[in-house]
Amino acid sequence: MAELSAGSAHAAVHPPGLRHHFEDMEQQHEAGNLGMWVFLVTEILFFGGLFAAYAIYRSLYLPGFEAGSRLLDVKLGATNTAVLIGSSLTMALAVHAAQTGKRKALIFFLLLTMVLGAVFLGIKFDEYATKWHHGLVPGLKWAPDEEMYKNAPLGSVELFFCFYFFMTGLHALHMIIGFGIMTVMTLEAWGGKFSAEYYAPVEVSGLYWHFVDIVWIFLFPLLYLIGGRY
Amino acid sequence: MSGHVVSVRLYVTIFLTLLVLTGLTTGVAFIDLGAYNTVVALAIAVLKMLLVVLFFMHVRYSSGLTKIVVLAGFFWLAIMLTFTMSDYFTRGLDNPPNGWGPSISAPPNP
Amino acid sequence: MSTAAVVESPAGSRVHYLNASYGIKSWLFTTDHKRIALLYLGSITFMFFIGGAAATLIRLHLIEPTGALVQPETYNKLFTVHGVVMIFFFLIPSIPAVLGNFLVPLMVGARDLAFPRINLLSWYLYTIAALLALYAVVSGGVDTGWTFYTPYSSTYAHTQVIATALAAFIAGFSSILTGLNFIVTIHKMRAPGLTWFRLPLFIWAMYATSIIQILGTPVLAITIVLLAAERLLHVGIFDPKIGGDPILFQHLFWFYSHPAVYIMILPGMGVVSELIACFARKRIFGYSMIAFSSLAIAVLGFLVWGHHMFVTGQSVYAGLIFSVLSFMVAIPSAIKVFNWTATLYKGSISYEAPMLYALGFIGLFTMGGLTGLFLASLATDVHLTGTYFIVAHFHYIMVGGAVMAYLGGIHFWWPKITGRLYPDGWARFAALIIFVGFNLTFFPQFVLGYLGMPRRYAVYPAEFQVLNVMSSAGASILGIGYLIPLIYLIWSIRYGPVAGPNPWGAKGLEWETPSPPPTENFEEIPIVTEEAYAYAEPEDVHG
Repeated sequence: MAELSAGSAHAAVHPPGLRHHFEDMEQQHEAGNLGMWVFLVTEILFFGGLFAAYAIYRSLYLPGFEAGSRLLDVKLGATNTAVLIGSSLTMALAVHAAQTGKRKALIFFLLLTMVLGAVFLGIKFDEYATKWHHGLVPGLKWAPDEEMYKNAPLGSVELFFCFYFFMTGLHALHMIIGFGIMTVMTLEAWGGKFSAEYYAPVEVSGLYWHFVDIVWIFLFPLLYLIGGRY
Repeated sequence: MSGHVVSVRLYVTIFLTLLVLTGLTTGVAFIDLGAYNTVVALAIAVLKMLLVVLFFMHVRYSSGLTKIVVLAGFFWLAIMLTFTMSDYFTRGLDNPPNGWGPSISAPPNP
Repeated sequence: MSTAAVVESPAGSRVHYLNASYGIKSWLFTTDHKRIALLYLGSITFMFFIGGAAATLIRLHLIEPTGALVQPETYNKLFTVHGVVMIFFFLIPSIPAVLGNFLVPLMVGARDLAFPRINLLSWYLYTIAALLALYAVVSGGVDTGWTFYTPYSSTYAHTQVIATALAAFIAGFSSILTGLNFIVTIHKMRAPGLTWFRLPLFIWAMYATSIIQILGTPVLAITIVLLAAERLLHVGIFDPKIGGDPILFQHLFWFYSHPAVYIMILPGMGVVSELIACFARKRIFGYSMIAFSSLAIAVLGFLVWGHHMFVTGQSVYAGLIFSVLSFMVAIPSAIKVFNWTATLYKGSISYEAPMLYALGFIGLFTMGGLTGLFLASLATDVHLTGTYFIVAHFHYIMVGGAVMAYLGGIHFWWPKITGRLYPDGWARFAALIIFVGFNLTFFPQFVLGYLGMPRRYAVYPAEFQVLNVMSSAGASILGIGYLIPLIYLIWSIRYGPVAGPNPWGAKGLEWETPSPPPTENFEEIPIVTEEAYAYAEPEDVHG
């Protein structure tokens, strides 16, 4: 074994936040980052299966899916898109604050991200309540008014709403998980755990949050828009 | 640390672009373009995703490895979509194909 | 073997990962990849014998044409339990979670996997899933077959579908986390000098496997979510009566479950590459071809799932494409087999127990692979699909391939894991018994299937009885073959001779650290300066 072993460097310096099995902060940071990206790839495929099923049923049952789509509130959908994009901005700014070692700004932007996330979920909940009220929840309360779907085949409309609730529901679940992650990040930032040298958890949480945003970027046109509003 | 620091100015620019694109895609939905409504909506969604991935998620400044991981995710998604659809869109080929309409051999509308 | 040549201080005097701390907590809260590997070893061995018990009952039942043992309903539950347990709880985690967990950090010269706590989490998820599956078994069982085909599973089955499917879902997450850990570790934690093309082929195989786990398993997860939702809420996602398409379920299911076959066999191929090189005392022939063929199998494996659906009502045109692509998987598989054979050529071969398993693997995998081609061609598949031919085919791959390689790997690295040697004579005897028992069990099934005996039936026409009795007799031999290693391996932990760091004279970083390795794996992180498998070439007899 050569003298110039990496192991000797390992013992010499041990910065805070470095876990014992990594050689240095650089390696730990890259490993964490890659790990989150690999996880996000699994998320792409997870939602991907749902998107594939949606695409196929939409092509098979176009009239019903278009009729279902028109029953969604496009204003609320667009508003929520804007809210979520806003939260992505504040998340990016939080990472920026972490990178530049600004603790107060970091906490502020993390909290703002959570507030915007809560607004999104609130609007989503309101939409769900309306759908419940109109009897548009397959499996639980399915009694739509005939006026609403205008001669479109009822079974396909129901299928559309199945996918609407699965897709937005799984998305909302990811938002709630993201909420939990942001809470932990805020608490740790409060405790002064992060610095310009050690901010990987914030960055990695940010990746997750942006991913959830991207899912919605696709859900919005697929569910609310391409049924045609003209 | 190896992270790339993106300027606040750029973040805000991306954010504003995303808002404009959201407005655009919503507006287009109210114009009848036939099948192109879907194309435009998805194209704008892809564009928005690229902005988020490249700038908010720093992929533009990341290593080749990260880029490959991201591409692999979408490549495999494409595999799933393409091959599954290859079944559905060739099932009724004995009859004249009718584009995105209900295919002949598909299960009937309930 | 030169066990005596390596002088080792008596066990216990040196601190290693097994004696570094004691007590149940030191195991249940460990983040040491080697201890987690042993936790997995215990769990999957338990599940293997559960699945094996179901298989035993199936074979006993089929001794009589009218069914010797159980009611048809119970028979359905038996083969479902056998399938679910063996696939999700034994084969998929077997080599990756036990040998991979133990060896990946050692082979790449790292102190642990990149995310040790996530590694522990994956074992807990596995355990929860396994308990849930066992709960489903004892609370009524499930009778859908391991494939959970709709609409039977979503609408008509009155058994524990949701609990079992949820178990598969959770086990899937465990598998994803293992794959994620391996990918990051292999990318970011290799020792200095350990370039990609100096990596052992086992690492390449684990990397390819991890790619499949990452990219395939989430699709199974979402499919199971949809299935459970349909079953709970009675909405028609896959039920044709309400508008869904059951074939879509099969598409999504096989998008994962066909590549999952490669999750099971690729690690086995990695193990065999290690064994062949070591016991032929040669550099592996065609290193880069074997490495790339692993990746090729991982990618091609995602393009062929439709061959499970040739007779389901899938479009003929899609079937044609899937058929051609299925044939293509034979290419990288054949590359491996030819390269192993070429490695053996002029090697100084010794027939230690692990090598017997490796040689068994090559023969049995080849048979399993070649019969796969019968099934990949559209016309013959119509005759053979749903018969015992399929059963024989995939058991040649899964048992003749994956389980043989797993046992070979366990025997090869057992001295590293425990620091002890097992009785060599018994080990060779068991390997032989398993080989004979396996062939006697499954070769008759090729004939049965070709003659038209359908799978999953509790009864069969009397003319098939001779072959079925042969198969059942083979199964009992096979069962004994699996019990022998269980006994002598456990015996060896206490009474086996001390192994020393490198009892086989093998190459690779894992053999350069003591057996059992210290908790931190290496005193100093090693620096790699040579290719993998740098065995001294045997003298050329022809000068």
